[in-house]
Amino acid sequence: MVLRLSKITKRFGKVVANDAVSLDLARGEVVALLGENGAGKTTLMNILFGQYAADEGFVEVFGHRLPPGSPRAALEAGVGMVHQHFTLAENLTVWENITLGTMPLFGRSLAARGAKARIRDLAADFKLAVDPDALVSDLTVGERQRVEILKALYRDARILILDEPTAVLTPQEADGLFATLRKAVEQGLSVVFISHKLHEVMAIADRVVVLRHGRLAATRKTAETTREELASLMVIGATQSPEFATRPAGPALMTLTGVGTGTDMGGVPLRDVTMTLHGGQITGLAGVSGNGQAALSDLVAGLLAPTAGQMQLAEVQVANWSPRQALAHGIARIPEDRHKTGTIADFDLTENAMLEQYNTEFAHRGWINWRKARVHAERLIDTYDIRCPGPDTRIRLLSGGNMQKLILGRALETDPTIILANQPVRGLDIGAVNYVHTRLGEARDRGAAVLLISEDLDEIMKLSDVIHVISEGRLSPGFARGSIDAAGLGAWMAGDGFAEATHAS
Amino acid sequence: MRLEPISNPTLARRVVPPAVAIAASFLIAALLAMIAGGNPFQVFGLIIQGALGSKFAILETLNRATPLIFTGLAVAVAFRAKLWNIGAEAQLYMGAVVTVVLGTGAVAWPAGLLLPLIVVVAVLAGGILLLVPAVLKTRLGVDEVVTTLLFNFIFLLFVSYLLEGPLKDPMGMGWPKSARLVSEARLPRIVDGLRLHWGFGLALIAAAAIWVIDRFTTLGFEMRAVGQNAEAARFAGIPVNPVILKTALLSGGLAAMAGFSEVAGLKGSLTQDLSPGYGYTGIVVAMLALLHPLGVVVAALFVAAIFVGADSMSRAAGVPTYLADIMLATALLLTVLAILITKFRVRRD
Repeated sequence: MVLRLSKITKRFGKVVANDAVSLDLARGEVVALLGENGAGKTTLMNILFGQYAADEGFVEVFGHRLPPGSPRAALEAGVGMVHQHFTLAENLTVWENITLGTMPLFGRSLAARGAKARIRDLAADFKLAVDPDALVSDLTVGERQRVEILKALYRDARILILDEPTAVLTPQEADGLFATLRKAVEQGLSVVFISHKLHEVMAIADRVVVLRHGRLAATRKTAETTREELASLMVIGATQSPEFATRPAGPALMTLTGVGTGTDMGGVPLRDVTMTLHGGQITGLAGVSGNGQAALSDLVAGLLAPTAGQMQLAEVQVANWSPRQALAHGIARIPEDRHKTGTIADFDLTENAMLEQYNTEFAHRGWINWRKARVHAERLIDTYDIRCPGPDTRIRLLSGGNMQKLILGRALETDPTIILANQPVRGLDIGAVNYVHTRLGEARDRGAAVLLISEDLDEIMKLSDVIHVISEGRLSPGFARGSIDAAGLGAWMAGDGFAEATHAS
Repeated sequence: MRLEPISNPTLARRVVPPAVAIAASFLIAALLAMIAGGNPFQVFGLIIQGALGSKFAILETLNRATPLIFTGLAVAVAFRAKLWNIGAEAQLYMGAVVTVVLGTGAVAWPAGLLLPLIVVVAVLAGGILLLVPAVLKTRLGVDEVVTTLLFNFIFLLFVSYLLEGPLKDPMGMGWPKSARLVSEARLPRIVDGLRLHWGFGLALIAAAAIWVIDRFTTLGFEMRAVGQNAEAARFAGIPVNPVILKTALLSGGLAAMAGFSEVAGLKGSLTQDLSPGYGYTGIVVAMLALLHPLGVVVAALFVAAIFVGADSMSRAAGVPTYLADIMLATALLLTVLAILITKFRVRRD
């Protein structure tokens, strides 16, 4: 046993994030920690890594008990963690990032030469191709992840913890990561792999530990289980997921022709994007996170106006594009970040429900009609099954799923013609996911055009009638349902098809 | 040790810490009063008596509270929209300057027309004074804390120039002081024979009006939304920058009302020591009131009572009036701490 977690319990207020969870890890073993969002996976790993202190239970690494709440102790004991969100300094080079905090004060150049040589060795041993002298800001997301792994290996990590490592990777990059992990295991390292994607878990893990509502639901050898069994272990009583059949395209409701956006907003701008959103169809936007999805989403939402090209709504050329204009043109928006963008945490449900119509539907000559607003909120609570004490509840007290139902209801109740759904199910449990998908499907069947932006290829492929891939702000042609597989999309996500398209034109 | 947010605080947790904070600030003040050689019970007795013990004392407290209600409202309105207006002092003087310019004979209108004219111009001028930093904030991202704070010094020096130059009273025996207002420009007393002017009434009306705006109008909704989460407000179609500018006009205008009310209601002319820092004390008032417009009235009365009471206590007990400043400072710090405790719990790891 290289690692032992014993009866770890962690409470946040009344919420029990981990309830007496125990976990063992053997040398050279890959254990997958499987569970839905909110099942307690990340909390458990943060306790292991010393970022939280457990209320009960303890952590043993190589037979020694770790002092609680000390990441340094965990590092020194040989635990390396690769977070979902990278912790790299963009303005430093790869080797500087890797050696940060380990370099001696004197004799730096000598130490640097040694460090670089060691990084090259590690990179070769573990199939982690990356140039030690490159600036981190020039690296792709996949390369940055390799740097994070190298950082852990450089510090002699014997146990690697990877938190949802594939969320930001193309399918091809994910395969590369798995090759690295296999190398690591050959060399005697142990790996804890956190995920909620079943096929990855089956591909890489020796053993699967399933968490459900903070409790240890089951432990299975990968060889002795199936995806179906794991899925049913993850959620008890999951609702049937909706089926999506292809539908014929309705009229063009939004047309972008050669649209580009400025760089002043930060992030990746759009470059020469041409696409049409048809009524009665779900258009999926696939892509690795940070490739211009935000710009396209902001454009449709009204936050960003095109600096090049044309944007047409039905037959109308838009001018003075703003969120208010977008709403007035019947565009409903489900933003990517429901906490930061979608709701105001300290406003109550009524106020959040009327947020997009406070000056039209719910006001007269500048006076707010609170009675009407409250009735509206109560209707949303009923219609969209928002679990809450009442319309006076502050929104921050709602769970993510209920918050999302409010945003969904707020958007759909206006009977929109275009629906922007940016990561509409991120962080939701399966029941809520199915609910949101069903409602989006119903809106499509009513004739609305849905633009679905997601980093989850499975979701995109399941829902979309047409799929575009976005890469570095460029948009691929649209692929009809069933005309392209994950590998094909992955190639476009990596930017492959675009060069040919450019050469061809 | 770390702080964990409490999602749903109990009533006790919301009420007890602020009460303890006020009590603790009195305890600290008692200690200091003892060090200064006074008997704490006597000192507090004298403060209460000096602030509320007679008709004269009560009227004095209400008069002192009047500018604090205006500046407290000005700060509360701005802070709620996360516009950090530290410049209420300058805006107050702007209101006073306008009052003197229009009210010393330049406009010969009857009181029924002249007073509203002065109010409108003063409010606009004060609002525009805050609009400048607000535009710098929305257009160029200049930190308004710095600009509004520095504006105070600039404007006070400008007032000093005016009082030595264009606005100097020719009959003033050389003192830096403006001419006296004509009688049509004076705010009348609320009740004949009682030394309480209509500025106090206007302050109460302003507080009620701000509360109504805050609670029942789209403007209030916009200001709250922008203050709580500007990104979500923008996404929902609220024009964030125009709302910040409207807030600036309102806030600056309220602070200017304090200057108008002091000159037209109380002093009758402008001197450089018109305000003993009412603009800054307004921040304390607004914070103690948790930025609630009606709370501002209560907090302003509390602060005014301590100041007035401490003045008279100082004369009787020989304990310096600084005690009032210390009491307010500790009350503010402890209240801020108390607010933190109502929202977070401390965990030891």
